[in-house]
Amino acid sequence: MSAFIHAEYPVETADYTRAGEASADIKRKLKQLGVPSLVLRRVAVASYEVELNLVIHSLGGVLTLEVDEKGVSLTSQDIGPGIPDISMAMREGYSTANEEARSLGFGAGMGLPNMKRNADEFEIESEVGKGTRISMRFALG
Amino acid sequence: MENIKLYHSVRLDKNRCKGCTNCLKHCPTEAIRVRGGRAHIIDERCIDCGECIRICDYHAKVAVTDDISVIHGFKYAIALPAPSLYGQFKNLRSIGPVLEALKKIGFDDVFEVARGADIVSRAIREKLREPGLPRPLISSACPAVVRLIQVRFPDLIPHIVDVRQPMEVAAMIARHEFCKKNNCQPEDVGVFFITPCPAKMTAIRNPLGQQKSAVDGAISMMEIYGLLRPHVSALQNQSIPSEATYYGIRWAAGSGEASAVCPDNSLAVDGIQNVIRVLEEIENNRLNDLTFFEGSACLCGCVGGPLAFENNYVSKRAIRKLSNTASKVHPADDVPASLMTKYPLYFDKPIEPNSVMKLDDNLVVAMQKMERMNKILEDLPGYDCGSCGSPTCRTFAEDIVRGYFAELDCIHKLREKLKVMAQQMVELAQTKDEE
Repeated sequence: MSAFIHAEYPVETADYTRAGEASADIKRKLKQLGVPSLVLRRVAVASYEVELNLVIHSLGGVLTLEVDEKGVSLTSQDIGPGIPDISMAMREGYSTANEEARSLGFGAGMGLPNMKRNADEFEIESEVGKGTRISMRFALG
Repeated sequence: MENIKLYHSVRLDKNRCKGCTNCLKHCPTEAIRVRGGRAHIIDERCIDCGECIRICDYHAKVAVTDDISVIHGFKYAIALPAPSLYGQFKNLRSIGPVLEALKKIGFDDVFEVARGADIVSRAIREKLREPGLPRPLISSACPAVVRLIQVRFPDLIPHIVDVRQPMEVAAMIARHEFCKKNNCQPEDVGVFFITPCPAKMTAIRNPLGQQKSAVDGAISMMEIYGLLRPHVSALQNQSIPSEATYYGIRWAAGSGEASAVCPDNSLAVDGIQNVIRVLEEIENNRLNDLTFFEGSACLCGCVGGPLAFENNYVSKRAIRKLSNTASKVHPADDVPASLMTKYPLYFDKPIEPNSVMKLDDNLVVAMQKMERMNKILEDLPGYDCGSCGSPTCRTFAEDIVRGYFAELDCIHKLREKLKVMAQQMVELAQTKDEE
């Protein structure tokens, strides 16, 4: 059996009471695995941002953690609504967060840029009406 | 060396322990297990915060400190009262009588740790102006919080401000000044901290960020309170000078440090579970607009220590009142610049991560263990009842993988098995009837 960690975290739209639980569990797992501090910190930031993005912007989705000997992968797949202009969404300070999210202090427009900055590899694909998929990879060693 | 490393002030009194599960649930590093009807503390995980001392109804958890008789082992003895000591006396009008009372019970001299706090306040303020340091900087004053970071938040170690604790700074100055004044050798002088908590005792034996502590021992506030009380009452109305400022004294009661070093952009949190929640936020970069974070393991800060006598909220109020009787000149202006270079105020040893939470040193093996752990966990009921002796089902699964435990110790699993067996027996009996 090749060592491989796979964990899935369903995230519901606008569920602010549970927001952050998935990324907290991801951190706990990576600490138990002994992932080096510098990598851990970057995964912590990116996983929190991606989880919050699912809560704030998506109609619901799944966050997946995968770990192998070479690195950590985080994948977020949602069921919509999709991003019409990805390059716009990637800009710092640009946000489409609704009133509720803003009233809770979210929507600074730093989510996607922070993910990109912290991950070694970052990919985003989106189709309006279908959904968004974000894949991040963090190299180990 | 290893023995020193594993020194803990918090211990178990086996004769008093009933084997209940209260402490299991409250330990912030999941360091306690119940085995054979008694609690056991996992040394490598314990951070000496004293949560288990507070929660144990049977007083089976104790904090080991030095007996007051240790002061006789030295030619001279200096008391270093933590400012939280002042909060133990209700209706005190100034702190002078407490300082004088310490001399009456056998100390040759007294140096206020609050004065050390003033110096540390100035040092941290200067540190906050240094470019390139992470934000927020995290206070190093509460040893239980520093150890919590080593065990549970090793990635936050670079945030810990590398300034020594007020107790250490006070000890260096106290000894130096005493020797100069009395023309004696440093080894003739014993310097003793009057402690509200076990974590400080452990920090003396096993220093954080320092090769060696300048303090020779710690005497429990609880023990000394009874001895001091009559003297403090007798001296109550005398006007006796003290040196620490309003700011230094307020270090005793949560947020004192934060308001001395960075009143405009700091956050002070007390109670270890609350501290954990904020450290999670810092880890997620949710608080990187914050300059300084002060976390105290005990509610209300040091006045809430397990060895404090008075109710923590009552003594917090006493500290606030007393601080108003002291000088309000800010330490940045009150502490002479010459003091800032005269003594070593910074760490001379890095704070290392504690890797006890790791399942294995080898990533592949750790992943295999985690796989097994998850499989076991799926099969457990998830009641987190603690009957097996581990705090939660998840920790139980972890304990099995680590080899601490055998799988069948879950009482609920056993019950299920018995149910199936009983059913089989009934079925067996019925078949016989039919025959």
